[in-house]
Amino acid sequence: MTQKTILNETHRALGAKMVDFGGWDMPIHYGSQLDEHHLVRRDAGMFDVSHMTVVDLTGAKVRDFLRHLVANSVDKLQKPGKALYTAMLNPQGGVIDDLIVYFMSEDWFRLVVNAATREKDVAWITAQATAFAVDVRERPEFGMVAVQGPNAREKVVGLLREEDRAPVSKLLRFSAREARTTDGVEVFVARTGYTGEDGFEVIVPEAQTVAFWNALLEAGVKPAGLGARDTLRLEAGMNLYGQDMDDTVSPFEAALAWTVVLDEGRDFIGRAALEAQQAAGVSRQMIGLVMDEKGVLRHGQKVLTANGEGEILSGTFSPSIGKAIAFARVPAGAPGEVRVDIRGKEVPVRVVKFPFVREGKVQDGI
Amino acid sequence: MSEIPGDLKFLKSHEWARVEGDGKVTVGISDHAQGLLGDLVYVELPNVGDSVEAGNACAVVESVKAASDVYAPVSGKVVEVNAALSDKPETINEDAYGDGWLFTMVIDDAEQLNELLDPDAYAELLEEEDH
Repeated sequence: MTQKTILNETHRALGAKMVDFGGWDMPIHYGSQLDEHHLVRRDAGMFDVSHMTVVDLTGAKVRDFLRHLVANSVDKLQKPGKALYTAMLNPQGGVIDDLIVYFMSEDWFRLVVNAATREKDVAWITAQATAFAVDVRERPEFGMVAVQGPNAREKVVGLLREEDRAPVSKLLRFSAREARTTDGVEVFVARTGYTGEDGFEVIVPEAQTVAFWNALLEAGVKPAGLGARDTLRLEAGMNLYGQDMDDTVSPFEAALAWTVVLDEGRDFIGRAALEAQQAAGVSRQMIGLVMDEKGVLRHGQKVLTANGEGEILSGTFSPSIGKAIAFARVPAGAPGEVRVDIRGKEVPVRVVKFPFVREGKVQDGI
Repeated sequence: MSEIPGDLKFLKSHEWARVEGDGKVTVGISDHAQGLLGDLVYVELPNVGDSVEAGNACAVVESVKAASDVYAPVSGKVVEVNAALSDKPETINEDAYGDGWLFTMVIDDAEQLNELLDPDAYAELLEEEDH
């Protein structure tokens, strides 16, 4: 049974082309994926991300629980509203999901996890939470709108009541707070996103989500579909769960070492496996690729390196660069001259650092 | 959706063929197909002089979203390709039945054209796909 967000009819009325995305009927574009991509890089665009799962964790020992549950350290979260990107691992060190943890108060943390992994995530979290007497509650009664782009924040701030405008404008990156709109609707505004642009992700009560979306539309924010969201996040060097990593891949093999904290005395799930990997050396790595020749890099294409074969994970045409870009998982070590097998033809590609594009600018060396 | 020109013949896989006279046939993809693919960013055309066989993949069109093979509607030899698409693949989005043509071929056997769908039959096929 296909699930629909509260904005489903709104998307259709706006002329969206709908597709199935992990069991959800979602807009892939509203006319042109490329135009929507550029709009977010240059101005502002909004995405319906109501399919994402909000999970609230409450209890006296929530922080202890999260120290155990995720690979990044929630001890970095000291001020209420601060957010943290992290992976949640299985005992083998494989990534169950990537998620954002928001510190609300010492007895309340909020998680936002992927839609496609909802069931297994909630089951896993609930099973682990028992020992900490932490209450795990899904919050399906919320919609979520990501407003992204250089002008995105001021568009959202304009919809808030007077006294919330200054504090929301001053939110630091990876921070969130509760606020009210001019209509008195309580919203949760986070300065986070999945595009490499500044902006907010706003959690809105489901009953008011359509009105919130329409208010943004009236303020001049155009809708953007999941197609643009995918090219934007890949340009921004951000992983997609299920494509760039899954429960057979460790964070070290998915360019997520920066999210792993092996701090003294913290026994998080998967830690022993990660330490063993670190001691023995990791056999695979994730690298960024740019193709100067014409064509498009795609998921599943074979990658040839000096150390053996690998494969393209996420691959696409980058609208900002005008060339194909990709993540690839390849054997560890200096990859040397890299080629990609495209329909039987070996095409040379360059190994580059990512992000490929950030805040509207193609990065040096791309 | 734009109107389907009456002088075209179609494959179920959304390629069109236009008989130009002199045994020449121009080939492209339908407006419906470009709509399904979305913004096109790359086109791989056959070489002039290539022999292609009806039903076989002979070109590739790629959008941001997906790569799609283009099948030859009839058998024959490629005599001209639309080289302008190399720099402006979006022409196919803008004018699938006109400037967005892919290549022209000399056909081996004009009888093969009779096996293709006429515009009405193609329109009917699209309607069925919609349901």
